[in-house]
Amino acid sequence: MSTTASTAAEAGASDRAGASRRSGTFYRGDPGMWSWVLHRITGVLTFFFLFVHVLDTALVRVSPNAYDEVIETYKSPVVNLLEVALVGAVLYHALNGLRVILVDFWSKGPKYQRPMLWGIVGIWVVVMIPGTYFMLERTVSELFGGGH
Amino acid sequence: MADSTSALALDKPRSPRRPAARRNNFELYSWVFMRISGLALVVLVLGHLFIMNILDGGVHRINFAFVAGRWSSPFWQFWDLSMLWLAQLHGGNGLRTIIDDYARKDNTRFWLKMLLYVAMAVILVLGTLVVFTFDPDIPAS
Ligand code: HEM
Repeated sequence: MSTTASTAAEAGASDRAGASRRSGTFYRGDPGMWSWVLHRITGVLTFFFLFVHVLDTALVRVSPNAYDEVIETYKSPVVNLLEVALVGAVLYHALNGLRVILVDFWSKGPKYQRPMLWGIVGIWVVVMIPGTYFMLERTVSELFGGGH
Repeated sequence: MADSTSALALDKPRSPRRPAARRNNFELYSWVFMRISGLALVVLVLGHLFIMNILDGGVHRINFAFVAGRWSSPFWQFWDLSMLWLAQLHGGNGLRTIIDDYARKDNTRFWLKMLLYVAMAVILVLGTLVVFTFDPDIPAS
């Protein structure tokens, strides 16, 4: 993998040598930039969801019925899909957060930042496939399989 | 920013007119806090999502009785309380950074942060009260 090297010194040198954006000398447009953009978006989304989620849970102090009614809407097909999106967003943020921590504190972190990005993408896919299956299993079987 | 003439005038980095750095290490501590809380949240949040959304029927089995069962244990009360505080402070601190990044006017930045801090305080107080005062025998409706 020759594209992983992008230290400041090299970037400066190859800048002058006229290297193109694709050779990995620029941060802008690099997968590293997109990993940060996604980290930011998923963090904000999670924060907003947390706001709503504490409010809905607070209904347990109103009455069991009030709580159960609102939780019932979380079991509808559309919200079930949003649930998969939320879990996917949080999982990405957590994995990428660990990657950021390794880049900051592990001596070889900066060198392996890109392989680590593909690594967390791989882990994300491997976790989300069974995860999505278990989250949607019930909804799908009720919608298409006549329920049980 | 005292004598800026147009709305988009930005000082160059390290220009002498920039206000001197604050004489404390708040931003350093906040940077460290993001990383330490992040590590704890991996266990707390991913564990929470796994138990609540994936295991054993996920959200379909959640109702008042389920919550009552979990909060009868001090372990899960402590788990949820730590998760509430860490996630709120971590996410709130992250949002503070984002406001600093994108708000262009001092005024906008100030009010966005006030909104953020009020929202954080409301959620922290409400969430903490709910965990501590939960009553499994509350009337059904
Ligand atoms: C699950 C484990 C989590 C880990 C490992 C984690 C890790 C991190 C790290 C290391 C940062 C700092 C990034 C930087 O300085 O460049 C960060 C930023 C952030 N996190 Fe988390 N986080 C987690 C959970 C959460 C949760 C639950 C929320 C929402 C309540 C959240 C919201 C944010 C926000 C809004 C930022 C700021 C993003 C930015 O400045 O671009 N995170 N996270």
